[in-house]
Amino acid sequence: MELRLAGLHHAYGDVEVLRGIDLDIPAGRIVCVIGPSGCGKSTLLRLIGGLERPDRGRVIQIGEPPPGSLNPLTYIFQDFALLPWRTVEGNVRIVLEDHALGRAETARIVDDVLARTRLAEFRSAFPRQLSGGMKQRVAIARALSVSPAFLLMDEPLSALDAQTRELLMDDLIELWTREGFSAVYITHNLQEAVRLGHRVAVLSRRPGEVREILEIDLPLDARQAHDRELEGHRQRLWTLLRDEAQAAELELVGG
Amino acid sequence: MAETRDAGRTVPFRGGGFLPRPLGIVGPLVFLAVIGLWEAGCRAGLIPPLVLPAPSEALAALSHLVETGLLWKHVGASLQRLVLGWTLGTLIGMAVGVSIGLFSLARAGLAPVVAAVFPIPKIALLPLFVIWFGIGEGSKVATILFGTFFPTVVATYGGVDNVDRSLIRMAQSFGLSWLSIVRKIILPGALPAILPGFRISAAIAIVLLVAAEMIGAEFGIGAYILLAGSLMAMDELIAGVAILSVLGLTVNWLIARAERFLLRWRL
Repeated sequence: MELRLAGLHHAYGDVEVLRGIDLDIPAGRIVCVIGPSGCGKSTLLRLIGGLERPDRGRVIQIGEPPPGSLNPLTYIFQDFALLPWRTVEGNVRIVLEDHALGRAETARIVDDVLARTRLAEFRSAFPRQLSGGMKQRVAIARALSVSPAFLLMDEPLSALDAQTRELLMDDLIELWTREGFSAVYITHNLQEAVRLGHRVAVLSRRPGEVREILEIDLPLDARQAHDRELEGHRQRLWTLLRDEAQAAELELVGG
Repeated sequence: MAETRDAGRTVPFRGGGFLPRPLGIVGPLVFLAVIGLWEAGCRAGLIPPLVLPAPSEALAALSHLVETGLLWKHVGASLQRLVLGWTLGTLIGMAVGVSIGLFSLARAGLAPVVAAVFPIPKIALLPLFVIWFGIGEGSKVATILFGTFFPTVVATYGGVDNVDRSLIRMAQSFGLSWLSIVRKIILPGALPAILPGFRISAAIAIVLLVAAEMIGAEFGIGAYILLAGSLMAMDELIAGVAILSVLGLTVNWLIARAERFLLRWRL
């Protein structure tokens, strides 16, 4: 299954946020979308997963999701969106409960995703007892439990401190290397974009348009060893982004 | 070097305070002191019995109630009205509150009505309830029901409004059904606002109970107090008031237990 964004336009009232977004999101790869703050990155992600309706244009699904996928387009949110009154296990279970899977199958899936995210021993902890990085791992476990065709990640590491971010980035790379998931990854962090993205789309400031699409061919697990090449990509992205970010910085909030 | 390092003034401490510390024994001590002074004043003749009977006399009236078995009759009759009225008022109030929180039509239609009727003292409507629901149990339960209904509605829809929208969006993004979202996200999310509402509605229910029992009730703590008052039996009156206070404390304690259990994820 692949996704194609065709001419997406969106406005909130008089404020145009996205203008003519065309982007292909292939299977098995991570597409990063970067842009200055307020450029409509998060809106774009909400449009892709059907949480908002575009004013014009379409999000096209090409091919069928793999069999057994309970929720083909699955989000991972910046603020984790965990239910504080449910334990780690309960937070995973809630997304399975609506799919008559049977007790044994549900338990199998929960055990499996908690093991894959190394959360098995924390299954009965409440979110308030967890650090930010652990909370995001719970959210990742919850997302994996519905066997998504696409992960839609909205700045998943932005609420975390720098060390936790590094650790979780390694986790994501390991996970991708093992399972080869497909993802749209929204971020404003260039380091994350060049470490995780097979394809990086740069958006302009509001109204967001695709300024450039950069392909990074290095395999994810080999990237740390090729610092210099990555740094080149990072520099290039920064030159693209700097003027936009500067201009966006000087605009009044709310148009 | 060692001397020069310690030279100079210590920066004065400016923090602290503004944090209440638990002092468990102070409350009971104040209670005992007030009752002790009161008893001593009565015995010394400083307080005439008609103005205020001694606590020991109120206690005697209370033990008389226990001996004759009338205590359970009064308390039983009151509890029945209280439980029935409060439970119905709370259930209907939560249902209406959730509807106002969820449906724009209910909000537009009902919220102004609730705002208009909430501040009316339900005691003022008691004669009306007597005509509508009869002088028996109906009017008494109805008074308590109406009194608890409105604060519950307001607390519930306030709670529903305050449920974290990002959790609802998360649930939608995972394709949860509408019913699941209401049951598993909105209701538990509104609970921290609904439970304090219970405290308020329970206190209102006790106030209204006494008022309602003042019309056409044979048994009930309110009826007992009213009778004592009209007979100038101040010892019985104080005994009745003490029963009400114990009732209120018990209800409060039960709600605190429920809060501790239901909101244990918040600690």
